[in-house]
Amino acid sequence: MTEKTVLNATHRALGARMVDFGGWDMPISYGSQIEEHHAVRRDAGMFDVSHMTVIDLHGARTREFLRHLLANSIDKLKVVGKALYSCMLNEQGGVIDDLIVYYLGEEYFRLVVNAGTRAKDLAWIEQQAAAFDVQVKERPEFAMIAVQGPNARAKVLGLLHEVDRPRIEKLGKFAAAAAQGPHGIPLFVARTGYTGEDGFEIIVPAEHAVALWEALAAAGVAPAGLGARDTLRLEAGMNLYGQDMDESVLPWEANLGWTIALDEGREFIGRSALERQKAAGVPRVMVGLVLDEKGVLRHGQKVLTANGAGEILSGSFAPTLNKAVAFARIPAGEPGDVRVDIRGREVPVRLVKYPFVRDGKPCAGI
Amino acid sequence: MSEIPGDLKFLKSHEWARAEDDGLVRVGISDHAQDQLGDLVYVELPEVGSAVKAGVGAAVVESVKAASDIYSPVSGEVVEVNELLNDKPEIINEDAFGEGWIFLVRPSDRAELDELLDANDYEELVENEDH
Repeated sequence: MTEKTVLNATHRALGARMVDFGGWDMPISYGSQIEEHHAVRRDAGMFDVSHMTVIDLHGARTREFLRHLLANSIDKLKVVGKALYSCMLNEQGGVIDDLIVYYLGEEYFRLVVNAGTRAKDLAWIEQQAAAFDVQVKERPEFAMIAVQGPNARAKVLGLLHEVDRPRIEKLGKFAAAAAQGPHGIPLFVARTGYTGEDGFEIIVPAEHAVALWEALAAAGVAPAGLGARDTLRLEAGMNLYGQDMDESVLPWEANLGWTIALDEGREFIGRSALERQKAAGVPRVMVGLVLDEKGVLRHGQKVLTANGAGEILSGSFAPTLNKAVAFARIPAGEPGDVRVDIRGREVPVRLVKYPFVRDGKPCAGI
Repeated sequence: MSEIPGDLKFLKSHEWARAEDDGLVRVGISDHAQDQLGDLVYVELPEVGSAVKAGVGAAVVESVKAASDIYSPVSGEVVEVNELLNDKPEIINEDAFGEGWIFLVRPSDRAELDELLDANDYEELVENEDH
């Protein structure tokens, strides 16, 4: 049974092409996927991300529980409202999911996890939480709209209650706060995103989501589908769970080392496996590829290097760059000349440091 | 979506064929197909002089989302390709039945054209696909 967000009829009325995404009937685009991509890079676009799962954690030992559950250090969150990106690992160090955790109170944290992993995430979190007496509560009554782009914040701020504007305007990156939206709608506004642009991700009670969407549209925010979201996050160098990493991959092999906090004395799940692999040497690395010739890099294509074959994880035409880029996992070591097998043809590609695009512009060397 | 021209014949896989006055057959993809694929970003054209076979892949179109093989509706020799698509693959999105043609074939067996769907049959196929 395909699930629908509360904005489903709104997408259909806009003429969206709908696809199944992790069991959800979601808009892939409303017309031109490339135009939607540019709208986010140049102005402001909005995405229905209500399929994502919001989970609230309550209990006196919640912080202690998160020290155990997450590979990043929850103790980096010192101020209420701050957010942190982290992986949640299994005992073997494989990635169960990536998520954002918000610090909302000494005994209250909020997780936002992926849609496609909802059931296994909830089962895992509940299993681990029992020993800490932490209450795990899914919040399906919320919808979520991501508003992204250089003009996204200004357009959202214009819709907020006057008394909230200065405070939300000053909200730092990776921080969240409550605010009142149009018609007094209670909002949870986070300065986070998945596009490489500034903006907000807004959690809103489902019954008010359509009104918020319409107010944003009236403010000149362009609807954008999951297609544009995918090319935006790829250009921005952000991993997609299930494509760039999963339970068979350790974070070291997915360029997620920056999210691993090996702080002294913290025994988080998967830590010993991570340390073992680091000591033994990480066998595979994740790299960025650029195709300067015509053609498109795609998931699953074989990557040929001096040390053996690897494969493309996320690959696509990148609208901001007007050429194809990809993430690939290849054997560690000096790779030599790298080629990709496109329909039996070996095409040379360039190995680059990513992100490919930042703040609307191609990065140096791309 | 634009009207399906009555002089076109179709494969079920959404390629069209138009018998030109000079005996050549022009090939493209339908407006429905371009709409399904979304923004096209690359077209891999066949080589002029190469042989194509009815129902076998002769070109590839790639949208942001995916790559799709383009099957030739008839067998024969490729005599011309639409070079404009090298720089502007989006012409197919804009005018699939006209300026967005892909290649031109000198058919070796014109009877193959009779085996293709006519415009009405194709329209019906697309309508059924949408439900």
